[in-house]
Amino acid sequence: MDALELARWQFGITTVYHFLFVPITIGLGFLVAGLQTAWYRTGKDTYLRATKFYGKLFLINFAMGVVTGIVQEFQFGMNWSTYSRFVGDIFGAPLAIEGLLAFFLESTFLGAWIFGWDRLPKKMHLATIWLAATGTLLSAYFILAANSFMQHPTGYIYNQTTGRAELTSIVAVLTQKTAVTAFFHTISSAFLEAGALVAGVSAWLLVKNKAVDVARPTMKMGLITTLVASVLVFISGDMQARVMTMQQPMKMAAAEAQFNTTDHASFSIFTIGTPDGKAPKFQIRIPNVLSIMSTGSAEGTVEGINDLQAEYEKTYGPGSYTPIVPIAYWAFRFMIGFGALAGLFALYALWATRKNRIPSNKWFARFALAMPFLPLIGISVGWIFTEMARQPWIVFGLMRTSDAVSVAVSGTEVLISLVVLTLLYAALAVIEFGLITKAIKVGPPENVVVHDDASSENERVLTFSY
Amino acid sequence: MELQTVWFGLIAVLWTGYFILEGFDFGVGMLLRIVGKNEAERRAIITTLGPLWDGNEVWVLVAGGATFAAFPEWYATLFSGFYLPLLLILVALIIRGVAFEYRSKHADLAWRARWDWAIAIGSFLPALLWGVAFANIVRGVPLEVSGLGNVEYVGGFFNLLNPYALLGGLVTLTLFLTHGAIFLTLKMSGDIRERAHALVTKIGLTAAVLAVVFLLWTQLSYSDKTWTWVTILTAAGCWLAGLGMNIKRREGWAFIFSALTLALTVVSLFGVLYPNVMPNIDRALVGLDIHNASSTEYTLRIMTTVAVIFTPIVLAYQAWTYWVFRKRMSSEQIPTPEAGTLGELTKSH
Ligand code: HDD
Ligand code: HEM
Ligand code: HEM
Repeated sequence: MDALELARWQFGITTVYHFLFVPITIGLGFLVAGLQTAWYRTGKDTYLRATKFYGKLFLINFAMGVVTGIVQEFQFGMNWSTYSRFVGDIFGAPLAIEGLLAFFLESTFLGAWIFGWDRLPKKMHLATIWLAATGTLLSAYFILAANSFMQHPTGYIYNQTTGRAELTSIVAVLTQKTAVTAFFHTISSAFLEAGALVAGVSAWLLVKNKAVDVARPTMKMGLITTLVASVLVFISGDMQARVMTMQQPMKMAAAEAQFNTTDHASFSIFTIGTPDGKAPKFQIRIPNVLSIMSTGSAEGTVEGINDLQAEYEKTYGPGSYTPIVPIAYWAFRFMIGFGALAGLFALYALWATRKNRIPSNKWFARFALAMPFLPLIGISVGWIFTEMARQPWIVFGLMRTSDAVSVAVSGTEVLISLVVLTLLYAALAVIEFGLITKAIKVGPPENVVVHDDASSENERVLTFSY
Repeated sequence: MELQTVWFGLIAVLWTGYFILEGFDFGVGMLLRIVGKNEAERRAIITTLGPLWDGNEVWVLVAGGATFAAFPEWYATLFSGFYLPLLLILVALIIRGVAFEYRSKHADLAWRARWDWAIAIGSFLPALLWGVAFANIVRGVPLEVSGLGNVEYVGGFFNLLNPYALLGGLVTLTLFLTHGAIFLTLKMSGDIRERAHALVTKIGLTAAVLAVVFLLWTQLSYSDKTWTWVTILTAAGCWLAGLGMNIKRREGWAFIFSALTLALTVVSLFGVLYPNVMPNIDRALVGLDIHNASSTEYTLRIMTTVAVIFTPIVLAYQAWTYWVFRKRMSSEQIPTPEAGTLGELTKSH
């Protein structure tokens, strides 16, 4: 394998890995803030214990989000330096703004939140977690705007003399439809994940008869979050699909393995076919749905891969402009499928636990354990779809991935970093998973005291320390 | 002033902030097991860094992002050229960040000892390697114009390990160690404070010798400006003042002076560099400077507006956390130091 191939693997692995922690940070941050607000408003001990418990899980996760994020920040220059030169004028700005607006906010106020329990007045302490959570939203917006430029470049001109793309409108880059819908879709999927995590963990506590007074309200909160988020994920996904069909028709064609242009296009739920997806053997299809999905009307025309390929060859010169169809096809279905499964599970669990029932069957426990993983899988394959079905482009229509890789970095160097980072990430995954399960098994704390008078703090034993 | 110069200055400011802030937490990280003799002490030390280290680290992320936005060519050439050292820095920052959060979760002392090593090594490598990297940038590196017309680094890994750069690495390493020890004298009470106090003079004098040699070498070999003499000599003066203040137990002043030294060191290095950002080792050949590496006027204007509005806000709230967590910490404040913070009290060696 050459440097390009290895760099792609490395980017894929490290990015998907980073994004295992990101949605949990974004969603859970707000849920913890909500719990603490409930405590602040009502003074009820249960909410405080719930805040402490989910706060702990949140922080174990957050640490991983931070350290894997650093790799992302450096990786553009390290592995994709030709890309960085080409789009630096446009792409660097949102990245730098993200750092200045979002990362400082998140890290500073989260630090104050973790250690501020005993030192800050209650209200101010509550404000710190809301500020940190706001930071995660800002961070998501700017990075998604940067990513959206790669999906659909706008607000730039191509400078013939320098051979670079140059920014002409930052407003266009930050407010284009792709960025707005991607933000909406990604954030709702983050809430889907966080809701499912809280629901799953609390359901498990309930089945094990641990801290039931904390588990019951938090489970309900988790389930309702999951349910609402799954609706929002569908709505926003649908919006994104329309935008995408206009901007990257090839991606939609690949997602459907739609080789020929048709109207009244049907959507296949399931296909057994040749490995390349070129000839279906067995399919379940719903009439008109694909046309509706991509154009909003049953008669809408959906362009096929073959026609697009021919059209792109005319525009961009010879070469393949078709992504790996089976990956796009299945990733698209798994994204929707696993997300939908989480929504259905939530519906079932709300019904099974109505009027304070505690379902004792084994299935409920198993489902509790599965719950947090469902949206997480959906989210990961969602990104894999978004990025891989854009190939061969790194910036759609402007730059190919094969032209983007660093020239100064040898295959050996990339191999070293790929191996080192993958092994390190694998080891950390084991450790983090161990800590999360341990924290869940220990369960919510029994009695929690919070002092918020800052007067005699010098001598006082800390209630929390690293 | 033209915007390229403004951004060159702003990036210097970001690195200054980074060296001052993460400088002390690198130093503290390396000293953790040397100064902290038991669990309560080590946990007290880590707890003082707890609310601060991530905010400190963001300075380098923003420095990286700002370089990307303002000087994409510099970002691209530098990060791809210094590939392996940067990988080491990344690995170090990863294990260190995780270690702070995870170390005291379990009661198991062997587990904690391993994370302490992660903190020590994770602090040592960047403390050394940032110095090596900066020294190489100032010294100049082998660069060539590629087929695509891009300026690319062609020196390989071992080229980065020249005596001047290694000396630069030792300078940041020892400066950060001393700076960290001074931070401990300022923030801790009891034995930790005493041990740290004793270390300041010892490490500080070594740092002084290394830094003076390095800065003189920099000025004589690489500087074409006389004003950098001023910052270099002032840096040396501040350092001595800091060590003196430590002996007089004026810990706040000692910290201010060591922070000033770090700031002046960064200013000197950037001053020597200007207007280059990545000169060729052979000055007659092509290199990167603030003009051929910069992004467009428009991007620089946008970035300037954002920076002007938000930098003061960031400074204000970061200062606020330092204020909130200003009190000294002692090992007595750590409840049941042997217990794991996940809530269990069992199992210790
Ligand atoms: C939709 C949201 C989103 C996306 C697409 C990404 N991230 Fe991320 N990132 C976050 C949302 C986020 C966050 C929620 O803000 C994190 C996650 C956990 C955390 O600590 O903050 C974070 C952390 C984080 C950090 C550490 C910040 C700190 O020290 O506090 C860095 C440097 C990055 N990210 C950089 C990146 C880059 C360069 C990405 C592009 C490939 C990227 N992230 C994708
Ligand atoms: C924001 C800036 C981003 C940039 C510059 C970027 C760039 C790239 C590049 C260069 C590749 C390698 C090319 C390839 O493998 O085909 C890639 C692949 C990938 N990226 Fe992105 N990406 C960005 C954001 C993201 C985000 C936020 C995610 C999701 C978490 C993501 C997920 C992926 C995945 C899953 C792959 C692997 C696909 C593959 O290997 O074909 N990317 N991206
Ligand atoms: C569990 C989480 C997720 C669920 C349930 C989900 C669900 C959906 C749904 C229902 C659609 C629209 C289908 C349609 O009407 O056309 C969609 C589209 C889309 N999703 Fe997701 N999604 C999830 C996560 C993600 C993530 C994290 C990304 C990465 C950004 C992503 C990227 C996309 C894209 C690019 C589209 C438009 C593609 C197309 O329609 O072909 N999804 N998603």
